[in-house]
Amino acid sequence: MKRTFKQWGVTGVAAAVLGAFATPVFAATEIQFWHAFTGRLGELVAEQVEAFNQSQSDYSVTASHKGNYSETLNAGIAAFRAKEQPHILMVFEVGTATMMAAQGAVKPVYEVMEGAGAEFDQDAYIGSVKGYYTSTEGEMLSLPFNSSTPVLWINKDHLKDAGVDPEGDFSTWQNVGAALDKLKEAGSECPLTTAWQSWIHLENMSAYHNVAFASKDNGFAGLDTELTFNGPVQVQHIQAMGDWAQEGKFIYNGRRNEGGANFRAGECAFFTESSAGYAGIKNEAQFEFAVAPLPYWDGVDGAPQNTIIGGASLWVMEGHESDEYKGAAAFLNFLSSTDIQAKWHQNTGYLPITAEAGDKTKADGFYDENPGTDIAVMQMTANEPTANSKGLRLGSFDQIRGIIDEELEAVWSGDKTAQVALDSAVDRGNGLLRRFEKANDR
Amino acid sequence: MEKRVTFKGWLLPLCLVLPQLLVSAVFFFYPAIQAVWQSLFIPDPFGLTSQFVGLENFQYLLSDKYYLASFFTTATFSILVTLVSMVPALFLAVMADRLLKGAATYRTLLIWPYAVAPAIAGVLWLFMFNTRVGIVSWYLGKLGYDWNHVLNGPEAMGLVVVASSWGRISYNFLFFFAALQAVPKSVIEAAAIDGARFWKRFFTIVLPLLSPTTFFLLVVNVVYSFFETFGVIHTITSGGPQQTTTILVYKVYSDGFVGQDLGSSAAQSVILLFLVGLLTILQFKYFEKRVHY
Repeated sequence: MKRTFKQWGVTGVAAAVLGAFATPVFAATEIQFWHAFTGRLGELVAEQVEAFNQSQSDYSVTASHKGNYSETLNAGIAAFRAKEQPHILMVFEVGTATMMAAQGAVKPVYEVMEGAGAEFDQDAYIGSVKGYYTSTEGEMLSLPFNSSTPVLWINKDHLKDAGVDPEGDFSTWQNVGAALDKLKEAGSECPLTTAWQSWIHLENMSAYHNVAFASKDNGFAGLDTELTFNGPVQVQHIQAMGDWAQEGKFIYNGRRNEGGANFRAGECAFFTESSAGYAGIKNEAQFEFAVAPLPYWDGVDGAPQNTIIGGASLWVMEGHESDEYKGAAAFLNFLSSTDIQAKWHQNTGYLPITAEAGDKTKADGFYDENPGTDIAVMQMTANEPTANSKGLRLGSFDQIRGIIDEELEAVWSGDKTAQVALDSAVDRGNGLLRRFEKANDR
Repeated sequence: MEKRVTFKGWLLPLCLVLPQLLVSAVFFFYPAIQAVWQSLFIPDPFGLTSQFVGLENFQYLLSDKYYLASFFTTATFSILVTLVSMVPALFLAVMADRLLKGAATYRTLLIWPYAVAPAIAGVLWLFMFNTRVGIVSWYLGKLGYDWNHVLNGPEAMGLVVVASSWGRISYNFLFFFAALQAVPKSVIEAAAIDGARFWKRFFTIVLPLLSPTTFFLLVVNVVYSFFETFGVIHTITSGGPQQTTTILVYKVYSDGFVGQDLGSSAAQSVILLFLVGLLTILQFKYFEKRVHY
């Protein structure tokens, strides 16, 4: 049967009328949420948002993917300048200092919660996670969302093939180094690789050995901070890594998490990567893998201290209506509720941001079924954080990481010694810190 | 004698050039003046505060040896891209021009790469040379050559040059091919009767007659390598390893949009503006004298 144009037109009008009746009379207040997740993580975020929207009818959260971490932050900044900012913006830990300095652009989370009259207990959050995102007065400025910490991933099959005991003790770099020698001798083409070199091998390395990455408590105590990661502990570690790179024991694959593809394909024996690598490795690895704490150098005073977090937190932007802030508060509270957090932790390998979510995961028997998934939590919470291991708060930090990446590449390729490269990185990074100090001087 | 069309009065000519002037004012002069103004400040990313610092942004840049090194990187990159995209294009055009049959097919096939966006071209080349799964690097490995543009600077530079030039060869080919059609056959035939071989004829007759096209392409390709290769570099190397592929435009982007250092980014744009202006003046002053129209 062929319908005429007129008939189609009538059908269309009818559908439109029906559609208008189907939507609720009182539209829910819309809350914009911009995030940086794709793939499996993107699906999980979409699920959380959907669950929130289903759970109540006053607010409707719209989640939008805005690119990777840097791109999402830029999108938020550009939107603020155009006065079209979202209510909630995901910002990675590197952008924390930038956001904290932006008084007038962001509305601190504790204020949002107060204004909305929502229940908000800061102490429910794990100390080392909370510490990263609170002001010097102890008030929480953004809501921790996805936090992870670096661990050592091990391909057990690869070790067995090379005649190394896969159940051995790899808690120190000395032991790992000995295993690397054996792996190389046995003909392994990739004994060790890494993701996020600056985060793992300088930032966490410093915290874990209780040495300062930057002065002024790693930047927590003021904008006039200076980088100090060219000390003997860091130089010795980077030099060891550089020597391993020259000997073909450490294979460098790129600045971000490019090395993950090699590890998941079974090519590499050891892989230093975020605990959140769990989802991908579990999904793809066709070999027996294990997870161990990040190694430390035996003999360094105070090691192992605790590692620090990476990941992102949620910032509420200024310039919206008060009932929209109520919606934002409700959504943020929903995200940190125990069930949602426990599920997120178990699915992704990110840390449970509240102690309760951790307890629930334990009670569920998840750690017994998936040995090693609690290592990240233990590593972060083993010791009370010191001024050196509370976290980092440095302006222009994304750029400083870029500088560190460049200088480390010079070490891996053998162009520079660790001392020369780290001295240069400190010098160049300090220039950026002074500019940031000037830009935010008010 | 030169013919000149003259207008009586100035109202009509003004109206005729006004649309062009307006477009230039809105899309060129206004942003350029804004950039000059912004280069005198250190603002915070959100535009909440701004410190007037005079020429400090320039002073900071010019005392940074990594910034100065990026001039050298840009020069190397531009020269290589211009050569690699023009020489093969000319060769292909000369060959296609000699074809009696199927010239149209060859021409069409050779133009295809131009339709591929730079960022996509970058990803394609990255796939082929990926250190782990790339087909080219795999074959190189078979031959005993360990390709690793992630750590090896010259290899990274080579890769971004090839990826930037590839699509450009098509564009240049098109212009050279059209110009070759315009070379009078009678001159070439006369030379042939005088006993000049193909390459002799090419270098003494064809190449000089192509000089207006070559000059035009030279200017266009240099500008291309300065400003439009951003997507390729972003997708393949992000400026690394170390800073071997950080050209000036890429640094403007990474300082401005990754580092949120808008003052420095604006100052770099101003420097770039002067540099390209200077380069264009030089090209017209010295090269154009050797061009025969």
